[in-house]
Amino acid sequence: MAAGKTGDLRASLRRAERARALRGLGLALPLILFTLVFFVLPIAGMLVKSVQNGPMPDIMPETSALLQAWRAGEPRRLPDEAVFAAFAGELRAASQNRTLPELATRLNFENAGYRSLLMATARRLPDTPAGNWRDTLVGLNPQWGEVAIWAAMGRASPRLTEGYLLAVLDHRRDDNDQIQATDASSAVYVASLLRTLEISATVTLLCLVLAYPLAYRLATLPESKANLLMILVLLPFWTSLLVRTASWLVILQREGPLNQALQWLGLIDQPLELAFNRPGVIIAMTHVLLPFMVLPIYSVMKGIPSNYMRAATSLGAPFFTAFRRVYFPLSLPGVTAGCLLVFILAIGYYITPLLIGGANDQMVSALIAFLTLQTLNWGLAAALGAVLLVITIALYFIYTRVVGTDGVKLG
Amino acid sequence: MKNTIGRLLLAAGLSAGFSIVAGAAMARDLTVVGWGGTAQAAQDKAMFQPYVKDTGNKLVQDSWNGGIGVLRTKAQGESTWDVVQVEADELVLGCEEGIYARLDWSKLGGQEQYLPGMTNECGTGTFVWSTALAYDKAKLGDNGPKSWADFFDTKKFPGKRSLRRGPRQSLEFALLADGVPAGEVYKQLATKEGVDRAFKKLDTIKKDIVWWEAGSQPVQLLQSGEVAMTSVYNGRIFAVNNADKTNFALAWPAGFIYQVDSWVILANSPNKDQAESFLKFIQTSARQQDVANVLAYGPTLKDSTGNIAPNVLPYLPTAPGVIEHGLSFDTAFWVDNIEALNERFNAWAAQ
Repeated sequence: MAAGKTGDLRASLRRAERARALRGLGLALPLILFTLVFFVLPIAGMLVKSVQNGPMPDIMPETSALLQAWRAGEPRRLPDEAVFAAFAGELRAASQNRTLPELATRLNFENAGYRSLLMATARRLPDTPAGNWRDTLVGLNPQWGEVAIWAAMGRASPRLTEGYLLAVLDHRRDDNDQIQATDASSAVYVASLLRTLEISATVTLLCLVLAYPLAYRLATLPESKANLLMILVLLPFWTSLLVRTASWLVILQREGPLNQALQWLGLIDQPLELAFNRPGVIIAMTHVLLPFMVLPIYSVMKGIPSNYMRAATSLGAPFFTAFRRVYFPLSLPGVTAGCLLVFILAIGYYITPLLIGGANDQMVSALIAFLTLQTLNWGLAAALGAVLLVITIALYFIYTRVVGTDGVKLG
Repeated sequence: MKNTIGRLLLAAGLSAGFSIVAGAAMARDLTVVGWGGTAQAAQDKAMFQPYVKDTGNKLVQDSWNGGIGVLRTKAQGESTWDVVQVEADELVLGCEEGIYARLDWSKLGGQEQYLPGMTNECGTGTFVWSTALAYDKAKLGDNGPKSWADFFDTKKFPGKRSLRRGPRQSLEFALLADGVPAGEVYKQLATKEGVDRAFKKLDTIKKDIVWWEAGSQPVQLLQSGEVAMTSVYNGRIFAVNNADKTNFALAWPAGFIYQVDSWVILANSPNKDQAESFLKFIQTSARQQDVANVLAYGPTLKDSTGNIAPNVLPYLPTAPGVIEHGLSFDTAFWVDNIEALNERFNAWAAQ
């Protein structure tokens, strides 16, 4: 009887525990699902896309297989009749079931002009070859007699490719599949990645220099005054990014209020070039991102008891020493969090450099948008994203190694 | 940026799902699809309403924002659209791919009633819009720039100038300024030497260019005095001169670039006959001019300036003596080469 009672108690305790755990899970479930669907899956999808080669092996399976065998041969000569015949058959089929545009778009990424070549050939392709298919296709367009055209199709033939990742590092495989550096006149991706990191680092540093004293002042002021100042920090934070960017454009332009004021004061003769160049981008981005630096630092500083500094001073440390030895180390978690937050947000910036920057101030996101929306080269766009992600994660680890992760809060 | 891709996926999924639902609910009256906004409102008044009134036929309107992918989807699934207004690149791509019905020109009144280049086997041009050269008359007076060579001449016309960011148009204008005749521009651009020549010409004004991104920017740049002259869509100058009483002049330099928006009939339309009679009805000189008087986009039919309001005529790319020296934007060239030339443009900008 007594044992039964204990068993009941244990069971009901377990039930209650389980119910509580379930409730907890239930509360977190929406967020978990949301993160999974809108964050984890897209990123995973992006990583996969960056190495997926495209539709060639699905649309032209036989040609793909033959071309892969052909790629193994050295030195490269024009493929034999079997490849031409398989290609002609699969070209007709692709044209009929409307999969050809997709393939043409893909092959155009390899060689500009491939799309037109493929579409025009499909339109004029006869049902039976005049003699053999090789002569027939070369007769339709002499480009089919060039090794480069077949090498490009060969590169598109395997299911997986490292071509997009190579392209992001400004390298490509040539017609003999040797990895070569991209010609300097069109090597843009490494430079763009470096530019993105440079702009983000500059903005982060400027934000830190501006935010630290401000956060210190906010944390040491009496509550009522601090709240008022805090509103000034938060007000721009609550304004739309686009509005703030457009306002900076108005302020910074040649005949904008800033230049007029400086000229009226007699500080400058000629208007300063502040818009449509790098300084404009950095000024606007720093302003937009400043609250993301102020808030974490402020929240950490708020938790530092003021008597620590007093204790240090009363023990004989001059203010600066006390600040350096006592206060600053305690505020570091806020600095770490703020820097990470601003840097990571800055890396993805798009609209501000787009509107305020010149042609040489565009960040990686502008290239990604161009590739995704205009040329539909999602593989290359995904590879850019993947490389950026890897760089960010690597920087995060280096940074936390150097600064330490104690109390790093990103939320 | 990873989120951008996620968002795009989501948006694509949502819009595809939405159009399936919308499509299933629609009865199959003749469905005409325009670009919405003021353009479709003007077309509705001048073209669609008279059609319904005169023929008694029913007509359903829809609108879209372009994109060949949308039309590919429409061409494969259940038919929901019949007549669609497309831009030049969608016309070229969709016609190649067999998404559009081949037009029976004998039923549409023949291609010879149109200005040259306004029609093809798949589409009938409905209006022409263009990228021309604008400057502030209040500053430059009557001696403003008249050619792309003037645009590139910073001695004669000091100050900044603005072009659309990217290789499209910039390379064409550079070659024109360098003395290449309009008919040769795309032949030159197809060669490495031609592209080099264009970038070399752009080098001469590289530090003087402010690049615009959105169509509203060049107007704003002129208004704020940031630039002395700019490339601009003709309709924007018409709109701003009317709305803000600015005195911007629109020059039509030899080799201003124009593009044609066309009507097409989707290949899977069950209403092809009705669609053709609809197109014959709306594509008249009078109706096109009614639209042009609102939008300042040029009519595509010959002799379509008689009823154009005098205040609209200077902004019209198809005005007599203007369209003849325009350069038709080569869509097929740019679809093939945009990615490669954009890389070159970015590399050039970074030098």
